[in-house]
Amino acid sequence: MNSEWQTVIGIEIHAQINSKSKLFSSSSTEFGSAPNTQVSLVDAAMPGMLPVINKFCIEQAVKSGIGLNAKINKKSIFDRKNYFYQDLPQGYQISQFKDPIVGSGSIEIEIDGTKKAIGIERLHLEQDAGKSLHDQDPNLTFVDLNRSGIALMEIVSDPDMASPEEAVAYVKKVRSILRYLDTCDGNMEQGSLRADINVSVRKKGESLGTRCELKNLNSFKHITSAINFEVARQIKIIENGEEIKQETRLYDVSSDTTKSMRSKEDAHDYRYFPDPDLLPLNLDEKWIEKIKNELPELPDEKKDRFITQYKISNYDAEVLTSDRQTSEYFEEVISNRNPKLVVSWVASELFAALNKENLSIENSPVNSKQLGELIDEIEKGTISNRAAKEVFEEMCVSKKSVQEIINDKGLIQISDTSEIEKFINQVLVDNPINVEKYKNGKTKLLGFFIGEVMKVTKGKANPGLLNQIVKKKLDN
Amino acid sequence: MLENLTIEQTSKLLNSKKASALEITSHYLKKVSDANKLNCFITVSEDHAIKAAIQTDNRISKNKKIGLLDGVPLAYKDLFCTNEILTTASSKILSNFIPTYESTVTSNCQKEGAIVLGKLNCDEFAMGSTNKTSFYGPVINPWKSNESDEDLVPGGSSGGSAASVAADLCIASLGTDTGGSIRQPASFTGLVGLKPSYGRVSRWGVVAFASSLDQAGPICKTVEDASILLEAISGHDKKDSTSSIEPNEHFYKNLNSSVKDLKIGIPKEYLSDDLPEEIQGYWNEGKKILSENGAEIVEISLPSTKTALPAYYIIAPAEASSNLSRYDGVRYGLRVKGENLTEMYELTRSEGFGDEVKRRIMMGTYVLSSGYYDAYYIKAQKVRSIIKSDFDLAFKSVDAIFTPTTPNTAFPISKEELDPVQNYLNDIFTVPANLAGLPAISIPFGLSKSGLPIGMQLITNTFKEQTLLNIAKNLQDSINFNIYPNQWWK
Repeated sequence: MNSEWQTVIGIEIHAQINSKSKLFSSSSTEFGSAPNTQVSLVDAAMPGMLPVINKFCIEQAVKSGIGLNAKINKKSIFDRKNYFYQDLPQGYQISQFKDPIVGSGSIEIEIDGTKKAIGIERLHLEQDAGKSLHDQDPNLTFVDLNRSGIALMEIVSDPDMASPEEAVAYVKKVRSILRYLDTCDGNMEQGSLRADINVSVRKKGESLGTRCELKNLNSFKHITSAINFEVARQIKIIENGEEIKQETRLYDVSSDTTKSMRSKEDAHDYRYFPDPDLLPLNLDEKWIEKIKNELPELPDEKKDRFITQYKISNYDAEVLTSDRQTSEYFEEVISNRNPKLVVSWVASELFAALNKENLSIENSPVNSKQLGELIDEIEKGTISNRAAKEVFEEMCVSKKSVQEIINDKGLIQISDTSEIEKFINQVLVDNPINVEKYKNGKTKLLGFFIGEVMKVTKGKANPGLLNQIVKKKLDN
Repeated sequence: MLENLTIEQTSKLLNSKKASALEITSHYLKKVSDANKLNCFITVSEDHAIKAAIQTDNRISKNKKIGLLDGVPLAYKDLFCTNEILTTASSKILSNFIPTYESTVTSNCQKEGAIVLGKLNCDEFAMGSTNKTSFYGPVINPWKSNESDEDLVPGGSSGGSAASVAADLCIASLGTDTGGSIRQPASFTGLVGLKPSYGRVSRWGVVAFASSLDQAGPICKTVEDASILLEAISGHDKKDSTSSIEPNEHFYKNLNSSVKDLKIGIPKEYLSDDLPEEIQGYWNEGKKILSENGAEIVEISLPSTKTALPAYYIIAPAEASSNLSRYDGVRYGLRVKGENLTEMYELTRSEGFGDEVKRRIMMGTYVLSSGYYDAYYIKAQKVRSIIKSDFDLAFKSVDAIFTPTTPNTAFPISKEELDPVQNYLNDIFTVPANLAGLPAISIPFGLSKSGLPIGMQLITNTFKEQTLLNIAKNLQDSINFNIYPNQWWK
C-alpha cells in the first residue's frame, strides 16, 4: 500500500451469549436443530406475548464488560429497533440504544511484540433475528425462527485500528477474552461470533474519510481479505478524484471482493424508543462486585504470570494463553516439570497433531495427564526425545498407556554406561579409518560415530551419555 | 328470577341450588342470541360455556365448596387471547386467528370456574371511543334517548363489554382500558367500570395497544361485583415484566362503605363551561353525598390536565405503531399475497387494518421518526412525568379524586365527526389516570334529561384500589341507581 495513505478501522463484534435459553424466552439455543423447533410463542411474536429478561444473559454481559475493562452501567434500557423483515417476527428487534449495559473500556493487542490499546465504545445486549432461507424453493423464502430471540452482545470498538493485522488481533483478543469468561463460545463457523468492519482511508494528517461497513465477516481470513480489498478500492476511488459513498458492503468469498449491499440513503429509520414491555435494568453494585471477584484469570494476566512463573518467552506465553483451554492444559502438564520441555511438547508436538486432525484441545486424543507421563519418561531418561515422538504418535491413535507403548515398541533408552561402551567399542573397531581421521583433527566425525551407535541400538542409546563416552574414548 | 343477575346473586342461586349453572348459562346464551341486533358478540363460545357449566354443576352436586365466580357466565373483550376460541381484536387482520394459549387474566377467571359465553366486540385494536372502528361493525347501546329512536354508541373501546352487561347478556365482563376504554363505555351504559393500577393485572396474552398504558379490568353491575372480579384477575405474573409484585388483596371481603374522615379532592381544572349542566349537577350531588357521609371535600389543582390528552395521543400511537408491526401476514392472521415481500406487507396491512388503526400507526410512526422523536415522543414523556407528579402532590393531601367520567352522554352512531380530534376529546377525563398508572373507577350516577346514563369517576393513588372501591360503594349505596334499559332489541 502506498505509504501516504492511512487506514482507519472500527469493529462491531456480534457475539452470541453462551446461554441455554434465549434473551427473552425459555426456548433452547442449541445449534443445528430442525428448523422452527426451538420457537416459543414469544419468539414467534404471537399476539399478547411479552418478553421477560433472562438474568443469566445479563450476568454474562456484565462479565464480558468487566473482561473488556469497561464501565458497567448500573442502569440500562432496552429499546425497540423497528423495521420490517420476514425473519423479524415482532417487527422490531429488542436492543439497547442510548443506555447500554456496558460503557467504554479498552483492551490491549500485541503485534510482533508491540502493544497497542484499542478502545471499546460500548457493549449492548440485543436479540438475534431468525434466518431466511432463499435456496429451498425457486419462488418462496422459508423462515427458520430457531435463532430468533437468541441473546447477542454487540461490542463496538473505537476506530483505533490501522491495518488488517490489528483488526484481526483485536477480534482474536476479544474472542479470547469471551472464551476465557465462557460468555461466548467464539465459534465463528457457526456464526456465534461475527464482525462488521468499518473501514475508511485518509491521507496522513487529513480528517477522517467516509467509511464503508463490511457486514457479517466470520473468519479471520475473510476479515483480512475484505479489508485489503476495501482499502485498495477506496484509495483507487479517491485517487481517481471521486468520492466514497457511505454504504454497507458484503464480502464475497468467491471473487474476494466487497460488493455494495445498501447505501446510506436506503438506511432504515429504526425509530428507536424504550421498550414499554420491559422495565429499565437496574444492577446492584454488590452483585457487580461479586461477579468481578469471581472472574477467572484473563489472558493478559495469565500471560504475564506464565512469563514470570515459568520463565518462558513472551512468544510462547502468548501462544499458550491465547485460549483458556490451552492454558489450562499447559498448566496441568507443567506441574513440577521442566517448562522448556513442556512448552515444546504442547506448543509444537501437540499443536501439530491437533492441527493435522483439525481438533480443538478439548478433544485432544492425548490428555494432559498422559502427556505429563510421557514427558516424565523423557526427563527420567527412560526414553529419548526421538523415541518419545514415536510414543506420542501412537498415543494419538491408541488407548495404550505410555508404559505399554514404550514396552511394546522396545523403546527403553539404554542408559547403562557399560552397555553403551560395548556398542561404542564395536563401532570404533569397525571404523578404524574414521577413528584415524578423527584423531588427526577431523573432530566433526563425532556425529558419524554417534549416528552409527544409534543405528545399531535402534536409537535407544541415551544421547547424552553416548555423546560423552564417545568423546572421551576418541579424545584419549 | 334470572334477570339482571349480579355475580353475588348468581353465586347465591348456585350455592342454594335454586338454579343450576347449566340453567343460568343456557338462559344467558338464549339472551345473547336474542340480542344479535346489539352486535355485542363477535364469537359465542356456546360449547365451551355448556361444558364449563356442567363442570360447575358437578362440583355443586358433590357438595364441593365453590368460589364466587364458579358457574358465573362472563364474556371477554375480543382483545384477550382465549385458547381455541377465535380472537380478533375486532380487526380483519386477525379475523382468522385462534390462539393456542389463554391470557393470564381470563385464565385466572377460568380457574375460579367462571363460564365464558364468548368474545365481545370492541373498537379495532381498542382504538376508539365509539366502538365504530370495529371490523365487525358498531355495537349498539342498549340505552336509547327518550327524545329519539336513533341507535346510540355504547362508548369504546370496550363497547361490547359494556353493552353486553347493560343488556344483561352476561353477568359481568372484562374490558381493557388504555385511555378510558373501560370507564367511558361503563359511563355510557350505566355500569361500574374499573381500571386497575398499572401493573396490578397481567398483560400477558392481551393483544397490546399501548403497552405502558393498557390495563384489563371489569365492567359490572355493582361495585361488589367489580371487587370480586378485580380480585380474581389481579396478581403478579412472572410472564409480564411490568406486572407488579404488590400482593393481591381481598377486595371483596374487605369492602366497606365508610368514607368517614377521607379527603376527596375536586380538581378545579376539570370544571369548564363546556361541561353539560346535568353532568355538573350529578358531580355536585356526589360531592354533597360524600360530604354528608363524613368525607371532607377539598379543592385541588392538577395544573397539567390540559396537556394530558396531547401527550396521550403521542405516546399511545407511538407504542401502537410498534406493537402492531407483528401483524405482517408472515406467521398468522390475514395474508394478502404480493409480488414480493414489501408488496405483501403493503397489501396485507392495507386490507387488514381499518382507517383509525392506520391513522394511529401513521401518527405513531411519525412521532418516533428521527428528527421528530425529541420534539414529540420525548416531550410527551416529560409531560407524562409532570402529570404523574401533579397526582403525587395531590395524593399527599387527599385520599381520592372525584371527577366526571366523560364530558358527554352516549351519542348517535350516525354522528360523524369530521375531525378525529373531536372523538379524542371523549377521553379528556379518563386519560390522566392511564398516564399516571393510577386506578380509577366509573360508577353510574343517574340519567340525563333525555334518559341516558351519566357516570362519575374516582381516582386513587397507585395500588389503593380498596379505598377506591370503598368510596365507590358508599356512593353506589347512597344513590341506588339500579336502572336497566328497556329490552327493545328482543
